[in-house]
Amino acid sequence: METQTVTKRENQAHAKERITGCEAIVRCLLEEGVDILYGYPGGAIMPVYDELFKYQDKIHHVLTRHEQGATHAAQGYARISGKVGVAMATSGPGATNLITGIADAQIDSTPMVCITGQVPSHLLGSDAFQETDIVGISTPVTKWNHQITNAEEIPEVMAKAFYIAKSGRPGPVLVDITKDAQFQEFDFEYKKCEGVRSYKPVPKVDDSKLAEAAELINNAKKPMIVWGQGVILGEAEEEFKAVIEKAGIPSAWTILGASAIPSSHPLNVGMVGMHGNYAPNVLTNECDVLIAIGMRFDDRVTGKLDEYATQAKVIHFEIDPAEIDKNVKTDVAVLGDAKESLAKLLPLLNANSHQDWHNRFKELYQVEFEKVIKNDIHPTKEGLTMGEVLKEINIQSKGEAAIVSDVGQHQMIACRYAEFNKSKSNITSGGLGTMGFALPAAIGAKMAAPEREVVAIIGDGGYQMTIQELGTILQTRVPVKIVVLNNEFLGMVRQWQQLFFDKRYASTEMTNPDFVTIAKGYHIPAKRVTKREELAEAVKEMIASEDAYFLEVCVEKEDCVFPMVPAGAAVSDIRLE
Amino acid sequence: MSQELKQYTISVYTENNIGLLNRISAIFQRRHINIESMNISESEIEGVSRFTIVVNMSEDNVKKIIGQIEKQIEVIKAYYHTDDDTIYQESCMFKIKSDLLFEERQIQNIIKDSDAKIVTVNREFFVLEKSGRRHEIQQLHRDLSAYGIMQFVRSGRIAVTKDEMKITEMLAAFQN
Repeated sequence: METQTVTKRENQAHAKERITGCEAIVRCLLEEGVDILYGYPGGAIMPVYDELFKYQDKIHHVLTRHEQGATHAAQGYARISGKVGVAMATSGPGATNLITGIADAQIDSTPMVCITGQVPSHLLGSDAFQETDIVGISTPVTKWNHQITNAEEIPEVMAKAFYIAKSGRPGPVLVDITKDAQFQEFDFEYKKCEGVRSYKPVPKVDDSKLAEAAELINNAKKPMIVWGQGVILGEAEEEFKAVIEKAGIPSAWTILGASAIPSSHPLNVGMVGMHGNYAPNVLTNECDVLIAIGMRFDDRVTGKLDEYATQAKVIHFEIDPAEIDKNVKTDVAVLGDAKESLAKLLPLLNANSHQDWHNRFKELYQVEFEKVIKNDIHPTKEGLTMGEVLKEINIQSKGEAAIVSDVGQHQMIACRYAEFNKSKSNITSGGLGTMGFALPAAIGAKMAAPEREVVAIIGDGGYQMTIQELGTILQTRVPVKIVVLNNEFLGMVRQWQQLFFDKRYASTEMTNPDFVTIAKGYHIPAKRVTKREELAEAVKEMIASEDAYFLEVCVEKEDCVFPMVPAGAAVSDIRLE
Repeated sequence: MSQELKQYTISVYTENNIGLLNRISAIFQRRHINIESMNISESEIEGVSRFTIVVNMSEDNVKKIIGQIEKQIEVIKAYYHTDDDTIYQESCMFKIKSDLLFEERQIQNIIKDSDAKIVTVNREFFVLEKSGRRHEIQQLHRDLSAYGIMQFVRSGRIAVTKDEMKITEMLAAFQN
């Protein structure tokens, strides 16, 4: 395939060496600093696996039990480390199995490079065995993709793939390589990519826009910040903290923004959105200036758009120009990287405290505490709640754990109640809502950050979507901690059925296997908790374990997650019960 | 900004790359937007392609679409224009039975009045070519259909803008 894209490449001269395409791929990965990749071999990618065998002292390939698991593991790796995650698969079904993870990485802006084998170029389009048009299939869910049919292209395309995946607003890139190109010999020379002429990853910060933003903030009586993952991806945590502390602005987070500043920070007023906290949702519709930082006004955050912060002036700090005015009309848009924008904003801001306005958040927190939080984390009823499990994990891990959650009720509870002391500690499938994400993502996260405690919190439904990755844990002995909150239901769907479909529980009740026996079958120490008095000890044992550990907690079957902004309602119409 | 549907011409300057057509058309497909016409050709700059896409949309939505198009790695720049901002043309061809040229005198007048050009004539058929605005082509089509058209084909719109687009400067800035 011909590409005429003009790229800037490193000047440094490397000696040329005659090697095969498949060796070149592994060498490119090493040049990009890849130490771990996740994948599954097969016919069209076998030459690369043969090279991985030769290079196994330099690069660790983790055999997952399904290609989807490989992508989620690569995502977990990327989300906790900020580095590019790498997944590899063969052609056909191997490649199509990557798609869910790629779509997840696209919507959650996760840097990932996927490498797929492809049938030999002379068979392209002939419906050959395990041929699929993965470039066509992955186009709408990749930041960039490319098919290589000539080994000469490998170094430039791979360098470009890593550059595009990581720069600007990160995202997934797929590189498809025909089997003949893998065998072809050529003169290898690697130069890192330093730019692509048609791609501007980071817009230049416009000082006049910054000044307009600062003026609005300085004149605001009731300013409120909603921050998203942009603060974490831009490594702007310190700059962000400095800004909110100087200007005294109550700050709320989207699900992917969680952990950018500690949960206990006095200006952290909780989560916005459908199952977010009461105060920031209600007060979104009372603030006079709404400052959005590195977030994209997802419908789960805004509720009914026509009634979202219509009274407020909106300032949007954002790296991706396509996000400006996409959902919410802004008064001032500051394009650029969050780190740079916030650093430049700081000296323009007046010191402030907005004490009365803060007290509004505190009052509404009390309302939420009495109606919801108290019963979630200090329940008096007999059945165990998901909230008290989170509270126990906070206590035993001292808030230092990275929490990897799946999708559903347990995810909302985990995000609401987990205590985060460190950035990059909340790893979850936000935009796509991919059940089955957590178990493989936790594997990737733990491998990328072995020094950290990594706890996967998963529902009984999502757990069974990628349960086969217990095999990956068995084989690699990666010490992840797995907590399944078992309510024997697809809980979030059941909650909607209860609230909006007159309790017609269509296909949401689960007849589950013995999860403890399954874990033990994979030689993973395991325990089941059914009573409150057993919980603390079991969580303590799990956290103390040097090895992987599986803990099943049988929780109340028909609990609902509140507060809740019903679909299509305004954020200020949030329900507490 | 307006919610009113209007005809817009979108110009996209891109790298010349396999797969980009798919990437760009997917942006419209995903949002359930019908493309009225699309033309892809080389541009005034060597190695740079130009897409000319005609859509009926609100200005609010066309702006969002431009954002999504520009987000694609190999897109250099995208613009949207109203009909007043551009000089535009379409081209069409008619294949008609040759007998009619001699039997139906009126056809010769239609050809003359419409500024259409005869591309080829043989014993069986002749081929007419006409470039112009959509309504001119439609008029010619109406006039000729009375006599029978063997084949008809019309191209997508091509358009140049009245204002400069400064792609060369943009590309030069990258080299420095």
